[in-house]
Amino acid sequence: MASIEMKNIVKQYGDGFAAVNDVSLDIADGEFMILVGPSGSGKSTLLRMIVGLEDITSGDMMIGGKRVNDLAPRDRNLSMVFQNYALYPHMTVYENIAFPLRLSKTSDDEVRRRVTAASDVLELNDHLERKPANLSGGQRQRVAMGRAIVRQAEAFLFDEPLSNLDAKLRGQMRTEISRLQRRLGITTVYVTHDQTEAMTLGDRVCVLRKGKIQQVASPRELYEQPINLFVAGFIGSPPMNFLPATPEGDRLKTPFGDVRIDPARAGKLGGHDLLMVGIRPEYFEDASLVDEAKRHLGSTFRARVDVTEWLGDSQFAYIPYEAPEAITTQLRALSRELDAEELRTQAIVSIDSTSRIREGREAEFWLDSRKVHVFDPETGDNLTRDAEAGAELTRMATQDRVEQVQESQDRASADGHRMGGATAASA
Amino acid sequence: MTTRKKVLWGVGGALIVVYCLFPIAWIVSVSFKAPSDLANRSFLPTALTWENYRLILTGGASDLFLPALRNSFAICLIATAISCLLAMFAAYAIARLDFPGKKLILSTALVVAIFPVISIVTPLFNLWRQIGLYDTWPGLIIPYLSLTLPISIWTMSAFFREIPWELEQAAQVDGATTWQAFRRVIVPLAAPGVFTTAIIAFFIAWNDFIYGISLTSTEAARPVPAALGLFTGASQFEEPTGAISAAAVIVTIPVVVLVLLFQRRIVAGLTNGAVKG
Repeated sequence: MASIEMKNIVKQYGDGFAAVNDVSLDIADGEFMILVGPSGSGKSTLLRMIVGLEDITSGDMMIGGKRVNDLAPRDRNLSMVFQNYALYPHMTVYENIAFPLRLSKTSDDEVRRRVTAASDVLELNDHLERKPANLSGGQRQRVAMGRAIVRQAEAFLFDEPLSNLDAKLRGQMRTEISRLQRRLGITTVYVTHDQTEAMTLGDRVCVLRKGKIQQVASPRELYEQPINLFVAGFIGSPPMNFLPATPEGDRLKTPFGDVRIDPARAGKLGGHDLLMVGIRPEYFEDASLVDEAKRHLGSTFRARVDVTEWLGDSQFAYIPYEAPEAITTQLRALSRELDAEELRTQAIVSIDSTSRIREGREAEFWLDSRKVHVFDPETGDNLTRDAEAGAELTRMATQDRVEQVQESQDRASADGHRMGGATAASA
Repeated sequence: MTTRKKVLWGVGGALIVVYCLFPIAWIVSVSFKAPSDLANRSFLPTALTWENYRLILTGGASDLFLPALRNSFAICLIATAISCLLAMFAAYAIARLDFPGKKLILSTALVVAIFPVISIVTPLFNLWRQIGLYDTWPGLIIPYLSLTLPISIWTMSAFFREIPWELEQAAQVDGATTWQAFRRVIVPLAAPGVFTTAIIAFFIAWNDFIYGISLTSTEAARPVPAALGLFTGASQFEEPTGAISAAAVIVTIPVVVLVLLFQRRIVAGLTNGAVKG
């Protein structure tokens, strides 16, 4: 187990294109770090530079305090799960898992012990003699994980390991990976473009855009205190709504009426004529269902509802609005970058599932103004970000995490003693 | 498919098979004819005789045929083995590595393959005589390599390209050196490709006539196709057609056996299950 430190890592291709541009990132020992970003953001390249499959143009890659820039993959002692699993088709499942041990000339007894331990953890015992071609997608995925956990690697690297599975299996494997990582307590770097995976698995998430780090923080901090328009738009589903706004004192004039900003935050908005307000869908509510006690914390407005979607436990309403040219261009560029379909200038609003608001009618909505963020439409910076509150969220997450790891390792070693044998975790 | 279509396909297929196999059937039939029977104006021999086979295996022509058979086998097998081994490394490099001159190597290989053999054989004859390779095994193995290597490199690099590169990278991450990754992961997966290439290379060498007749003079190195050309009848008025046919049948047998043996190894889809499917 080891920490991974990256200092000013650059990956430049022959034609001068920088796939990864000046990335510095510290991954603590035992931490679960997610690299996330739209396609072309350099996340996979970064992962492949950690493992050594891609040359580093400049910068320092340190694993466990040792500079590994010039080491071959086999000398870095990392294990990796590939997107398409990369199982050896001519070997049985047993030999696939045993392969790293065979290469290190481990004795047969030791190989058997470790492979059995790994296959116990991954419930592969019934399939050890089969060939990968005869396995289902989920089973192949587990074999690939088995090959990764069978030896004492310094860190696990995952390259979009779940993207080839169907939705149900993906959810299952996600919790599996999470449990395994907590139990083994091994430093893990996980590349994904799926934000559900990013939010649920990671201790910290690193959002990349065009080879540059945008923000590294706990999922909660990313969600509540995004550093810029890109992160705000990327994290969250359905995405954050961006409305044009013009400041007037401590109020912002938006297509959905005036939004009052508390003075501390309003002070940061000086000097801008046109702003962008970011409001998450759940900050809205059907005005008729809002508690009187908190009604004064927000503002109400009337708008015509275009479409509603009732999902049983929740309900979404789509409200079109007019926006000036500068804002629509910015939004269009953003949605293109996020691989999203062309965003219409409409707000997606989450309302209570019992709400009787109907399509095509005008209705009254309530908007919680406490949590809105205001962005500079030119630079995309979040003008109202509270860095201290954000850092606090990440600190809390780190603390939770230490406790969780401790707990699950205690439990794993208790299991191990009860079974009277060592598990892959203690091996 | 309707019954009518099925019948048409069946008839068409049968026609092609007959068209392809008829010359072989004729040779087999001729090989069983007695010398006097050769011109009997019918497809089948009037009386089945093993005389031609006896002649080339134990009789007068066996001095010419048996050493040639031995030469052919040994020379072709050695040439095939060397060519496969060299082609394997070359093809791997071409499929996997980016190095300057890669295109040059591939096109040179192609040029060598289409270069007419007859134009090289005279200078080669002179050269071989001077350096003492004339009428020796290496004297044939080396030109055979020039015939078989280009096609081997092309076929095998196509096979190597089919193997997902990730397998090799996975092996390297698992702790393998480049050589270990090649030997333990790539070679087993490329095996069908190697066998296919080996068979093609063997056929090319086995069927060669021009080098065989020009670069040998005695039974020390003369291969079968050349020996067949030197068969003579019992007298100068007699055509050795029967003996040649019998020899041709015998020479065809190893080729057929080879294909039947390795047919199972040449199975596509061995890489199934390496990646998602």
